Amino acid sequence: MSIWLVLAAMAVVTYFLRASFLLLPPEVETPPLLKRALRYVPAAVLTAIWVPEVFAPGDERLLAGVVAMAAAWRWRGTFATIAAGLLALHLFEWLT
Amino acid sequence: MLPGIFPFGIITGVAMVASGIEPLAAMLMSLAVFAGASMVASAQLLASGSPALLVILATLFINLRFMMYSASLRQHFARAPLRMRLLVAYLTADNAYGLLLGREGDESSKLGYFLGAGTFIWSAWQIAVAAGILIGAGLPASWRLEFAAPLAFIAMSVPLLRDRAMVGAAIAAGIVVIAAQGLPLRLGLVAAALTGIAVGLLLERKRA
Repeated sequence: MSIWLVLAAMAVVTYFLRASFLLLPPEVETPPLLKRALRYVPAAVLTAIWVPEVFAPGDERLLAGVVAMAAAWRWRGTFATIAAGLLALHLFEWLT
Repeated sequence: MLPGIFPFGIITGVAMVASGIEPLAAMLMSLAVFAGASMVASAQLLASGSPALLVILATLFINLRFMMYSASLRQHFARAPLRMRLLVAYLTADNAYGLLLGREGDESSKLGYFLGAGTFIWSAWQIAVAAGILIGAGLPASWRLEFAAPLAFIAMSVPLLRDRAMVGAAIAAGIVVIAAQGLPLRLGLVAAALTGIAVGLLLERKRA
């Protein structure tokens, strides 16, 4: 499949997710279990994306990941987290 | 809000081209998909030659949170005209949704607010991604900017871990994704997501 078809499919899938519940008629109730389950999607999925990239024992990526987690918890900002993580990555790489 | 959009948009653009996708494809993806996390992840998958179906499946899972937003936005906008709801859907983004949550007022003032904020965020985001793509294409590989992608996901996920159920969902997903690394087609992501959701629900029920 060409990259353009993949892009189109990604766009359709993402738009469908965004529109999903907004397209239901007003009188339809959202199933409560589904609503509760969806609450955990961001924490589960976002974590599952970065863990394999960072979890490399003995590698500077693991140490940089720990620094970035601390920065994310402390400052709660994207920029501070990425800056801290990249600096730590290069520092640990230089040290080892 | 803007100080967050610009750096993340720039980083998204940089990370996409750093992982090896064509600048034109990266920009088109930004306009058509408009979802930073899935754009970075699928740029990595595409550049590493993953099958198309997997890229689309990963997009589906990463962007499932928009379904959650849509269920929540529906409580405000269920009675708005269809074309307005279609527009709300396209403009739904983490920041626009977050802004609306803190907003008081009736349905139509909220709708105007959401569409205005959403359009503004959309424009700022596209400019930032374009800048990131232009910058990223000229940066040396030794800067290891591709590592900005997982770092951006750390920045998004760690602040969510405010209660026991969320922490449990994240830890379970992290353990499963590592344990399932041998699975073909990165299906570990799917297994991790489902396990994380189940663990979150279980811990929540015990507390209640």
